[in-house]
Amino acid sequence: MTPTAPTTATATAALALGDDALVLSHRLGEWVGHAPALEEEVALANIALDLLGQARVLLSLVGDEDELAYLREERAFTNLQLVEQPGGDFAHTIVRQLYFSTYQHLLYARLAETDGPFAPLAGKAVKEVAYHRDHAEQWTLRLGDGTDVSHERMRRALTALWRFTGEMFQPVAGLDVDWPGLESAWLESVTAVLDRATLTLPEGPRTGAWAAGAGRQGLHTEPFGRMLAEMQHLHRSHPGASW
Amino acid sequence: MATAAAQQTAGAPAGDAPGTAAGADDRLRAFDATLAADERIEPRDWMPDAYRASLVRQIAQHAHSEIIGMQPEANWITRAPSLRRKAILLAKVQDEAGHGLYLYSAAETLGTSREELLDKLHSGRQKYSSIFNYPTLTWADVGAIGWLVDGAAITNQVPLCRCSYGPYARAMVRICKEESFHQRQGYELLLTLSRGTPEQHAMAQDAVDRWWWPSLMMFGPADDASQHSAQSMEWKIKRHSNDELRQRFVDICVPQAESLGLTLPDPDLKWNEERGHHDFGTIDWTEFWDVLKGNGPCNEQRITQRRRAHDEGAWVREAAAAHAAKRAGGTGHGGRTGAEQA
Repeated sequence: MTPTAPTTATATAALALGDDALVLSHRLGEWVGHAPALEEEVALANIALDLLGQARVLLSLVGDEDELAYLREERAFTNLQLVEQPGGDFAHTIVRQLYFSTYQHLLYARLAETDGPFAPLAGKAVKEVAYHRDHAEQWTLRLGDGTDVSHERMRRALTALWRFTGEMFQPVAGLDVDWPGLESAWLESVTAVLDRATLTLPEGPRTGAWAAGAGRQGLHTEPFGRMLAEMQHLHRSHPGASW
Repeated sequence: MATAAAQQTAGAPAGDAPGTAAGADDRLRAFDATLAADERIEPRDWMPDAYRASLVRQIAQHAHSEIIGMQPEANWITRAPSLRRKAILLAKVQDEAGHGLYLYSAAETLGTSREELLDKLHSGRQKYSSIFNYPTLTWADVGAIGWLVDGAAITNQVPLCRCSYGPYARAMVRICKEESFHQRQGYELLLTLSRGTPEQHAMAQDAVDRWWWPSLMMFGPADDASQHSAQSMEWKIKRHSNDELRQRFVDICVPQAESLGLTLPDPDLKWNEERGHHDFGTIDWTEFWDVLKGNGPCNEQRITQRRRAHDEGAWVREAAAAHAAKRAGGTGHGGRTGAEQA
């Protein structure tokens, strides 16, 4: 019943990318009914839905999507620690989204150009992710170059999430990507957006001993277990049921 | 305003002073003629103040219901038991936010603003549908809301597609299409549970037991106790009475409940050959008025969450406004403090 660990490099990679999308989708879903404006209720739910769609395709490459989502324990999830971070205030959500969607957009654009197993998915998803990235960038500009309060909140969020960004560029088995090239493209893009938003790149380390590559190895931060408890509770309460 | 009635007014002298007795009579006649011809009143057309006020009240209440109505369902987004169901629910709640946006836009054509209407919602001066003051206690409630609550909403709203006020009628056409899709999804969710394990079946039955009567209450007070009904029907905002629509809904639901394999919690429910309708038991009107007055199980929780989202989001909206002002003012980059002083 419990899903087994992936055995091929392709499955390992599908699971890593699928878990990223699944977990971030869940975190965005927590915003529904709490967003600062109606337009953002629509936008955040929309992004959550896109990511959930990606997660379903990716997990299905590995096995049964529901078994994988609902019956794995925390240690078997291989998502980035960045995407499991709680929403915090709207600035934290936007920064998490800026960091991740920039990464995801650059990564999927590269995967779409390969002839690897992820090219079809990446080719389709890259259009959705371009929209997510644009949404995050526009809000980074509004909040960074908005009021003193919003600027300060963005500064704090950028710093708080910065240490989770190094993990994105740890090579993932099964993905044929120039990781250092991806990292420099990401840094360049984020720096340019922050500059326009009158913000600066945080200075702290982004590859701490614990954070670097940890999520990909199933080592997560404390809020993640609680998130999974909520996500999996109903499914686990009715073993074998269909929904 | 390409209506027969509008063409009548178009013939009137352009300089006709508003407020003169003759001008006022003409305008009222034109308005009445538009209604009589079953044509639409549009935002620039003259309309009686009471008609305008009544529409603002109804459309605002409808918009508020869409956004408060996101809460009971969003309560289950993070716990949906399969990824497919989670996707369906996310899409549905997103649609509801979209419906809220259409409806606030329709209300704004009457000379009010979304900010003003939200303020009235938050301060309790405007209401939302009483149904959303009931809690979603199990996953099956998501299905019961789709089947019964959206079903009742559609029964109420399909006639509004022919409502005399154009922007409202057009919003309803779009909304009803999406709502009937949601209703089918809710029915299908309940059907899956009903045919599932005994625990799932029991969960579905319990949800229907709790949502049936509140859904019947969605049609509003009985005809003899409905204060706005007669006037709304005269204005062709409303096309059918509360009791008429409620009866239609009961007649639709009974066979659906049978094919779901679930029962409706009303011992008095039975087919009346003579009337050609189902007879059903008496609604608990004490509960209805109680919920309407703010004493339902979730009134406090719903409005508190809505206010909190609005208040906690204030800095975000202020930032967006400040940023837009800077852009408009051409202060360019680095004008962060400049715009705040402006």
